[in-house]
Amino acid sequence: MKTEVVDGAPVVLSARRISKSFSGVQVLFSVDFELRQGEIHALMGENGAGKSTLVKILSGFEQPTSGEILFDGKSVKLPPNGAAEALGIVMIHQEFNLAEHLTVTESLFLGREVTRFGVLDRKFMRAETRRVLDLLGSHVDERAMIGSLSIAEKQMVEIAKAISRDARVVFMDEPTAVLSREETNFLFRLVRKLRDKGTSFVFVSHKLDEVMELTDRVTVLRDGQWIKTAPTSILDGEAIAQLMVGRELSSLYPAKTEPDVDEEVVLRVNSVSTGYVRDASFEVRRGEILGFSGLIGSGRTELMEAIVGLRSHLTGEVLVRGQPVPSGDVHAVNKAGLAYMTKDRKAKGLLLNAGMMANLTLQSLGRHSRLGYLDPASEDAALVRARRRFDIRVRDDRIVAGRMSGGNQQKLLLAKVMETDPGIIIIDEPTRGIDVGTKQQIYHFISALARDGRAIIVVSSEMPEIIGLCSRVVVMREGHIAGILEGDEISEQEIMRYAAGLKKKTAA
Amino acid sequence: MSVNQESGQEAIRRRSWRDIDLRAVAPFVALALLLLVGALVNPNFISINNLANVATRSAFIAIIAVGATFVISSGDLDLSVGAMVAFIASLMILFMNSGVIADPVLMLLAAILFTIVAGALCGLTNGLITTVGKIEPFIATLGTMGIYRGLTTWLSQGGAITLKEPQLQEMYRPAYFGTIAGVPVPIVAILAVTAVAAFILYRTRYGRHVVAVGSNRDVARYSGISVNRVRTIAFVIQGLCVAAAVLLYVPRLGSTSATTGILWELQAITAVVVGGTALKGGAGRVWGTICGAFILELVGNIMLLSNFISEYLIGAIQGAIIIIAMLVQRSLVRKS
Repeated sequence: MKTEVVDGAPVVLSARRISKSFSGVQVLFSVDFELRQGEIHALMGENGAGKSTLVKILSGFEQPTSGEILFDGKSVKLPPNGAAEALGIVMIHQEFNLAEHLTVTESLFLGREVTRFGVLDRKFMRAETRRVLDLLGSHVDERAMIGSLSIAEKQMVEIAKAISRDARVVFMDEPTAVLSREETNFLFRLVRKLRDKGTSFVFVSHKLDEVMELTDRVTVLRDGQWIKTAPTSILDGEAIAQLMVGRELSSLYPAKTEPDVDEEVVLRVNSVSTGYVRDASFEVRRGEILGFSGLIGSGRTELMEAIVGLRSHLTGEVLVRGQPVPSGDVHAVNKAGLAYMTKDRKAKGLLLNAGMMANLTLQSLGRHSRLGYLDPASEDAALVRARRRFDIRVRDDRIVAGRMSGGNQQKLLLAKVMETDPGIIIIDEPTRGIDVGTKQQIYHFISALARDGRAIIVVSSEMPEIIGLCSRVVVMREGHIAGILEGDEISEQEIMRYAAGLKKKTAA
Repeated sequence: MSVNQESGQEAIRRRSWRDIDLRAVAPFVALALLLLVGALVNPNFISINNLANVATRSAFIAIIAVGATFVISSGDLDLSVGAMVAFIASLMILFMNSGVIADPVLMLLAAILFTIVAGALCGLTNGLITTVGKIEPFIATLGTMGIYRGLTTWLSQGGAITLKEPQLQEMYRPAYFGTIAGVPVPIVAILAVTAVAAFILYRTRYGRHVVAVGSNRDVARYSGISVNRVRTIAFVIQGLCVAAAVLLYVPRLGSTSATTGILWELQAITAVVVGGTALKGGAGRVWGTICGAFILELVGNIMLLSNFISEYLIGAIQGAIIIIAMLVQRSLVRKS
């Protein structure tokens, strides 16, 4: 299946002894990296290992403090801010670089519009966009507004953009984080096809199975240092994980503890409907970890947002410890002891320009104030406590949240939600875009919270996570609850059957 | 060993230098430079008398700008403040002229209360139009600016509204011209309003919410903060600050007209921006705002004393200052 890259394929892009410091803090230490023509090269490492920084340096978005970059064997200084695209070095960002109000065609040709006699040649640009999209096998309408596309479709447009610019080197930072399994497969087929035509890819991902499946070579970084570069075929997932962490990984998931059947039901959701979600009912017991699985767009987040009052529900009721909570009132729901942790930590979870403390206490300022007057000492104590409890590691105490690594941001977000001391916690995508070491920590935090007697709902698109953590799993499909699985039923195949609509719920 | 310790201390010291937020310091540096320039231009400039005069005259803009700091920090904008001053001042004088209360002391107290309520209501109107009506604050307050200004013109029938009762006027005069412990009342008022505002913005739950709403509405909403309430209250605070400015303005001339407070919104916003508050929300600096208002007045004063530039150009200079302030702010952000 996998075509071995001939040893001795020419090197397209390489980094020699690259170091980088941000305001005095060194994040890369003399790192070497080499990308051959027509290979898919995985770049792996824990959060904060320096992957993103290295990628930014190799694509011109950051300049190295020292060291040299060779492009086609010649030393170059890459132009900043994406101007390296003209050289054929394209970066596909984790956060897309698309303007919501442009059409697909306009986005593809942004900044290099084709004109005839000084007038935009829209017909040609549309046809060209269609050709590239067809090449990708995508059904996205070239006239559609970017804002109307799903995340997966936006990703497709980004890739189409890269291809239409005759990219020679493509950097992909966590490209599959927001894609369903099918979309991922599709993306991989595409990447292989382009690879066979000679395009080189640098693939940054935390998903070991995907790296094993797709890539030709792997480079591992740890704490800003180069650790190893080797063909993927001679490594296995376990070996890569160990190289990344630098220590043996004990079991990723903590032992499951199931609540007693007669434990109190703390959250009961009775036939809640929103615009898209229809008639959802389920319940959670004290000390239980309930999973919510389903394909992207199956309505899980919408249902959770309705339950916690971020949007109002049209029908149905939500009972916390037997008491109904008002619809569409986050504050009241929060007060009743039900908290929601968003999956979008950068846009909805944290104030990226604010420090750790302002973020930590934002949701629970009532606990740190008397008659509205804040008590700084109490806030300080909360930060010390949270950092110890959730192992938030930063070099500088006054760092703003936006500069923290993804793993630390996620821990801070969890700490922020836990500051309200909720009895029921809904965690949406607990480990999106964070490294395996931090993942393990978060799983243990979740498990500890459940043992503490809290009820936890985990919404996740990562099947192993759901299976590894949860004692019951609700599967959603197209706005409905398709089934609720327990015990031995919880397996990837069974969840998939419900998620894809092959099986339906027999008993609620 | 001791060498090591020293270098460690050195590192700490260097770090604390770097940690100083340039944006917070910049307005005060600018103020110091202006004082220096003024002293060079005219020796009378640096006299306590002149400076106290300048501070007194900056009171209206400074107090209004403190309110604007809240609105801007929460990510909104209020263009109606100048018109609001004219409108509320007219209402206050008309109320005092109406003679509904015979006793002058009671009358004055009632008028003050009336002004404060009117200010709060005007602010509330702006707030509700932007939040409940979901209209961009720029457009909403552009609309109310026209309304408040138009109502003032109508109330005054195009002319002036003047306080008639001489007894009231005499009693109210010290509110602008008087001194407390030797300090002119307007300066005391600036300090008091600013101290209260700084307390609210930095030390209360509401202040933290303002900054959160201004920097990211989604994060605020997901944190259980009622975004619309926070924004509306910021507009009400702006209205109360305008009312406070009116309470100082009316005793000064005892008269208003349709041209009262023209372009004060520009000056208030300039003071806020010069003071280092980010116009896109998320960072409020109340003391910086006061410094900004003072800078604006000083520039005018220096122009007056220097004879270099015609004082008729003052509007142009103030317009230029806001642009320069934005450029400086941006370059400082990039550096840090």
